[in-house]
Amino acid sequence: MATMLDYDFMRHAFIAAGVVALLAGTVGYFLVMRGQTFAGHALSHVGFTGATGAALLGLTPLGGMICVALLGGVAMGLMGDRLQNSDVAIGSVLALALGLGMLFLHFFTSYATQVTALLFGNVLGVGTGTLWVLAAMGVVCLVLLTFIARPLTFASLQPELAEAKGVSPRLISVLFLGIVALATAECIQIVGVLLVFTLMVGPGATAQRITNRLGCGVALSAGLALAEAWLGVALAYRTDWPTSFWISALSVGTYAAAVLAKECSELNSPHFTI
Amino acid sequence: MSALSLSRVSIAFGRRAALSDVSLDIEPGQFIGVLGPNGAGKSTLMRAALGLIRPDRGTIRVLGRPATRGNAGVGYVPQTRSATAGLRLRGWSFVASASHGHRWGLPILGPVARQEVQWALDTVGANALAQRTVGELSGGERQRLLIAQALLGRPRLLLLDEPLISLDPHHQRSVVDLVKRIQRESGITVLFSAHELNPLLGAVDQVLYLGRGQAALGRVEDVITGSVLSRLYGSRIDVVRLDGRIFVMSANVDVERQAHGHDA
Repeated sequence: MATMLDYDFMRHAFIAAGVVALLAGTVGYFLVMRGQTFAGHALSHVGFTGATGAALLGLTPLGGMICVALLGGVAMGLMGDRLQNSDVAIGSVLALALGLGMLFLHFFTSYATQVTALLFGNVLGVGTGTLWVLAAMGVVCLVLLTFIARPLTFASLQPELAEAKGVSPRLISVLFLGIVALATAECIQIVGVLLVFTLMVGPGATAQRITNRLGCGVALSAGLALAEAWLGVALAYRTDWPTSFWISALSVGTYAAAVLAKECSELNSPHFTI
Repeated sequence: MSALSLSRVSIAFGRRAALSDVSLDIEPGQFIGVLGPNGAGKSTLMRAALGLIRPDRGTIRVLGRPATRGNAGVGYVPQTRSATAGLRLRGWSFVASASHGHRWGLPILGPVARQEVQWALDTVGANALAQRTVGELSGGERQRLLIAQALLGRPRLLLLDEPLISLDPHHQRSVVDLVKRIQRESGITVLFSAHELNPLLGAVDQVLYLGRGQAALGRVEDVITGSVLSRLYGSRIDVVRLDGRIFVMSANVDVERQAHGHDA
């Protein structure tokens, strides 16, 4: 009897989902801590514009997505507080990006399946070349994140004190949003533009419900993302339902369970008994 | 050597002067209450001492050196606390994030740095808060953590920007007592800004009253007078002393209370 790992496309799917989940879970923890989840969402839409624009020009969608999302992330970081605290500004960028992406697709009509793959991901169609790009980008992002983790934590929790102590919040913001942009571009390969939240935000938010320790939180977030991504791929193989559905269901389900468990334990604690 | 010295300092935002041609010297080891109406330059003065704002004219020296960012001798409790409101991180991690937080690399602390965090938590009596989630603490408890964070690196000058805002009188009292105890035991200089003088009355050695770009530094009985404050407010101010408390009145309205209510 053939197991799912006998197939090349399944092995690729597990490796790709694993690499992306570890990166997304780690970056996502800080994204949630900084309250910038909406910026992450906007960057995925900017990535969509890049991918469709590149396709229109006859370039690879992955390359276009990476470049344009990275530009978007750096620009957001440079604009600083003015943009980060403005839901309306980010929402407008997000809408414009999706609209432009639509326009590019209108002129580029040869592949309808590519649209679905971009919007909802296509982890079962990852080739060897893409795999290498994902792995290399994942390593670069994690190394850079390791390098900036200390001032990033400081600047996220106490921006003014950090600035007084010599940290440049703007530099940290640019570097971090650059990493977020690359992580988002990676996530799009697995779960698509519209479901980036499930890998970038879900595990980080869940981890912060479960533990209030920084190191444990980051590790748990990465672990949850990995478990959800791999379980999603396996369930998709068993059921023939889309991987993105399973990952999003697992991500939201885990978060809901963590919130419920916390509520229940608080209700049972002596603090609340009469 | 002065803890903080301003020499003919002017700072303006657009056409509004926050400080204009202010000179003053603060001797080390004192608890200074920084007072004045909204927009009088209390935050600006602290941010300038930290090197976050450059004066348009004049020089600022902190602990004998020109004011620059990254001065390890200065501790700071900023006024904005929005970041801590919904934070799902324990008190220990929050305080520890400031321990050599400007260095690159992973935020992993060595044994010496961990001891330092523990010392800071003990000093402010926040040991019990170390394992609790910051977002679930009360305003007074969070204020203790912020002070612990400011004590890391054992500063010789501690700047606290409106640490009493949105605290009830009981918690205001405990924060003032805590800062006074730290200042007395370690002999550091404290600049403590507030809307109201009364919560600080037992603690301050001197007051620094700011208004209309001007400053008056001295003992309470010398600075909190009708003539000095009338100059700083630019209108007639009466000072009423009642039962050990001091009220600053303009046309029979308590201006400090009014400022407080306006802000809240």
